[in-house]
Formats: sequence, structure tokens, C-alpha cells
Amino acid sequence: MKVRIFVSLKPGVLDPQGRAVHHALEGLGFQGVEDVRVGRLIELEVADQTSDEALDEMCRKLLANMVIENYRIEKLETA
Amino acid sequence: MRAAVVTFPGSNCDRDMAVALEAVTGQAAIRVWHGDADLPERLDFIALPGGFSYGDYLRCGSMAARSPVMRAVVAAAERGVPVLGVCNGFQILTESGLLPGALMRNAQLTFTCRTAPLTVENSQTLFTSGYEAGETIRLPVAHHDGNYFADEATLDRLEGEGRVAFRYADAVNGSQRSIAGVLNEAGNVLGMMPHPERAIEPAHGGSDGRRLFEAALKELAGA
Repeated sequence: MKVRIFVSLKPGVLDPQGRAVHHALEGLGFQGVEDVRVGRLIELEVADQTSDEALDEMCRKLLANMVIENYRIEKLETA
Repeated sequence: MRAAVVTFPGSNCDRDMAVALEAVTGQAAIRVWHGDADLPERLDFIALPGGFSYGDYLRCGSMAARSPVMRAVVAAAERGVPVLGVCNGFQILTESGLLPGALMRNAQLTFTCRTAPLTVENSQTLFTSGYEAGETIRLPVAHHDGNYFADEATLDRLEGEGRVAFRYADAVNGSQRSIAGVLNEAGNVLGMMPHPERAIEPAHGGSDGRRLFEAALKELAGA
């Protein structure tokens, strides 16, 4: 099973990288960009019987830093 | 003083740390490898050096914090053994949960390498008793991810409990409340972005860092 983990900064945590990307977009002439926040996408290939609890634990113990980040798990059907 | 310096793959200040410890204590520091499951016995002091452990993969310090030796470091810290984490060592301490907060990309996004003035906030600790509270000292900083973040409640608690050891005296990296170094609740774990081990002798451009190691040596001898 393929699993996608989306890791993003918690609301309220300043994102210097997002701000720089925002400036760069404006520099390229793109109008109307209100805010940019940079996150991380992690793709896992795991055994089909992997439990939701195990995936949660992977996120909390390593893949996300719960002090500054949130995560969202998306399970994809096996191709 | 039996001191150990832990080397992770990608550490690059481990030798500097060992040389500094030996210069101050007169005893060679014991070198420990990240894959070691156990630390040497009867350690008086553990140092986690700066560098780019595991190439800063995932998040700075995140992989090192889960390496075998860190289980032993956490256990030693919980027994009260003094632990000093500098730069990447500070990032490893926050990632391992020994210290609160997280170190994010510098607000200005650039790697910052210079000597920075710091204000000593608390001089009543194992590591800082050689300084005066409110004193300005100068230590080198060299990092890309030193922007200290914690939520407001945690920051208030750190300040209220005297756990902010050092603050930047000018803008370095956008850290919340200009925090440059924090202590754990028991006061035996210090994490800091500036490098005391790079300021041991006048030839380094300053020797304010030496006083940190001297203080620890003196406090441990008196303990």
C-alpha cells in the first residue's frame, strides 16, 4: 500500500521559507498570492496490513516534529 | 572530570569540543560513536557537538536524536549527568525531547557565521556560574537553523523558571525572545546555538567560552 504523509507547519508558526517563496512569486509578476507556506510530502510503501495506529506513531515519533508541525495521512489504493 | 564527546555521522565540531574539554580539564575527552548502545561508565559530562549530523536529512538533528547512543544520553541526563549540546547538538536535544521547543530555518534564510554578542540571563547554573547575570559575552555562531521556536506558554515558563541561559544581544536568526540557549527543568541539560568550544584561547578571537567549561568543572568538583 502506498501512503502519503503531508507534513505542514502549524498555524501561527512563522515560515521564513514560505515568505521567501512568496516574495519570489511576486518578483516573477504573479498577482494575488496572499500567503505561501512550505511543507513536506513523504511517500511510504508499506505492508497492506499496516495499522492506522502504526502510521500515526511513525508520524509522531519521527516524520513530523509535533512542536511545530501537523501531519495528514492519505492512503492510496495499491496499483 | 570524565567527559565524553559524541560523534554522529556528519558532526564536524567534535574535535574542537574534545580539544576544548582537554584544555580546560586537563583530561582527554572520551570519544563516543553514535552507534554505541552504551556510554562509558561514571561520566561527569556529555557533550553533543555541532555539525550536520546525517546531512540534516528530514529535520536538523532528527535522525541523530533517534540513534542508539541517544537512548543512553537521555537515560544519563535523567540521572542528572550534565549534558551540553552546541549548535547541531542543541537541535538534537530538542528533537530528542530533552529540551523544549524546536530550531527552525533562520528568519533571514542565510547561513550566519560571525561572532555574536550574548547576554547571560542566568548565572546560577552549572554551566554559567563563571559569568555575571546581565553580562555581555562574545561567542561565535555558525548555523542555518538556529531560529528558536516554542509556543507562548512554553516561553513564559522557560523565562519564569530561569531556564533561558543566554539571549542574543543583537538580531542573529529571528529566535523567539532572542533565545540563544535553554536549560531543562533540572538544570543539568543546556542547549545553545553559539559555540563556546570555539572561544577557548585569545588566539581564537576571544576566550569567553572557556569560562563555561571552567564553571562546569568547578561545579562538578564541588558537587
